[in-house]
Amino acid sequence: MISAQLPALQVVVPLLAAPLCLVLHRPFAAWLLTFVVSGISLLVSVALLGQILEQGVIDYTFGGWAAPFGIAYHIDFANAYVLLIVTAISTVVSIFAKRSVASEIEAHSQGLFYTAWLLCLTGLLGITITGDAFNLFVFLEISSLSSYVLIAMGNDRKALTAAYQYLIMGTIGATFILIGIGLLYMLTGTLNMLDMAQRLVAVADSRTARTGFAFLTVGLGLKIALFPLHLWLPNAYAYAPSAVSAFLAATATKVAVYVLLRFMFSVFGIDFALGAMPLSTMLVVLGSVAVLSASTVAIFQHNLKRMLAYSSIAQIGYLVLGVSLATPAGLTATLLHLFNHALMKGALFLALGCIAWRLGSVRLGDLGGLGYRMPWTMGVFVIGGLSLIGLPLTAGFISKWYLVLAAVERGWWPVVLIIIAGSLLAVIYVWRVIETAYLGKTKEAVSGTEAPLSMLVPAWLLAIANLYFGMHTELSAGIASQAAMVLFGGQP
Amino acid sequence: MNVAGLYNYWIVILLMMTGFYVVISSGNLVKKIIGLNLFQASVFILYISMGKVMNGAVPILREGVTTYSNPLPHVLILTAIVVGVATTALGLALVVRIREAYGSVEEDDIHRQDESL
Repeated sequence: MISAQLPALQVVVPLLAAPLCLVLHRPFAAWLLTFVVSGISLLVSVALLGQILEQGVIDYTFGGWAAPFGIAYHIDFANAYVLLIVTAISTVVSIFAKRSVASEIEAHSQGLFYTAWLLCLTGLLGITITGDAFNLFVFLEISSLSSYVLIAMGNDRKALTAAYQYLIMGTIGATFILIGIGLLYMLTGTLNMLDMAQRLVAVADSRTARTGFAFLTVGLGLKIALFPLHLWLPNAYAYAPSAVSAFLAATATKVAVYVLLRFMFSVFGIDFALGAMPLSTMLVVLGSVAVLSASTVAIFQHNLKRMLAYSSIAQIGYLVLGVSLATPAGLTATLLHLFNHALMKGALFLALGCIAWRLGSVRLGDLGGLGYRMPWTMGVFVIGGLSLIGLPLTAGFISKWYLVLAAVERGWWPVVLIIIAGSLLAVIYVWRVIETAYLGKTKEAVSGTEAPLSMLVPAWLLAIANLYFGMHTELSAGIASQAAMVLFGGQP
Repeated sequence: MNVAGLYNYWIVILLMMTGFYVVISSGNLVKKIIGLNLFQASVFILYISMGKVMNGAVPILREGVTTYSNPLPHVLILTAIVVGVATTALGLALVVRIREAYGSVEEDDIHRQDESL
């Protein structure tokens, strides 16, 4: 019986746990609840994926109200895949969060921290699973508001201004999305995405449809941190608590990319989104500039969290390039990179979290000789870094390989060159860290060396996942290509 | 184009651009939040006015009335107003914290303090 209710449980469990977390208040109890709830969400999303593999799609209607009138959840390969990414990352990072948060956030606000964490998880899962456009906006705001809170909890005062800046830009983005949804509602009279897609066909050639599409794209561009709307991201990731950087970098922008894909392919349809509108050209230009400029800026960063944040903007460039190709192969590459990038950025930010826990700093200058004092932590960083570059046998290689093949298939050679140039730039900024850590001069001896096991184990889990998915692509690439097919089939 | 018949949209656009301009141009963090509020309010009006049906009555079931206005956008925007209030509250709370940390709510001041470190 319970298997039929899984779509609702996916969102309801973390939503109910969040206020419970507030009541518990004690740091350990709140952490335990967050970890258990993340774990349950992960199990639910695995079970959902299992159901999808069997029957293709799941439609879930709330309160028995039929689809166009009630709120419906519609799950297919594409969002089951994203749900898996979000819950898996939340589970792994929440193990790490215990010690990391204890060292960065005062005891009396840790309960609040985990409440915001669970709300953020609720929002992200809700955005992904819902089949209703307005419902999506509400979940988007739940996740955004809680992520502003999470970022503001960083112990540097710059975290406050970073959160404020993110709040302003994020709200503008969300309001743009609201306008877009409003215009679509005016045109179609429905909020259900499936229904909207069917009714849009007749009225797609109108100014309202085009304006709605433009508002949605720009609003989501802000949420994705697509160049040049990325200005909020570097500071937000750099000054947030370590666990939050890892969680958000691996999930938040990914979910926003998924929403863009959902609207482009499932609601508006590929002919409108990439044919009637010049989005393909725009995306290929913005994606290329993002890859090259953000990678270059990353080279000059001294704060390593900021460096990784810029690298994230570059990775979003790759995701967008895959979309702009407008072929199933390109879309597969995007979805695959969504998964792989979550793994590599998760691993890298967790490694930095370990370093921050030990040194209290993530500045490049403080890392001298760290490779010998914290070999396990730096091991994670090296694996994550190699994956970021896209070296064979790592997950990063697989997604770059798919992306290059997709670009070659379309005959877009300049794009191939840009992808390779981006990788070379990544070599530079990853190498700077490795050089300092292994060849740099050791600073004065600091007592204690490695980070505690509860932080190293999750970091290594992600590092091993990077290697595993670099060699076994059945799961990641298999589901990604299925999801791309579903999106391309025009059937959401 | 019927300019006068679309006057609700003109109001929406005017409010939206005013709010947007305040967000971008003002260096005062509180004023930015006010601009953001104006920006969101314009979208509320967009939604509320789209629910009006020509010659439609208040959407309460009554005898002798056949045409009703559409109540759904109003319900939707209630949710969005709540979201807007939450955003404003959080934004102002952040401004209070920023003021405690920097002693100022002017963007220029804050930038200068960050750079001098």
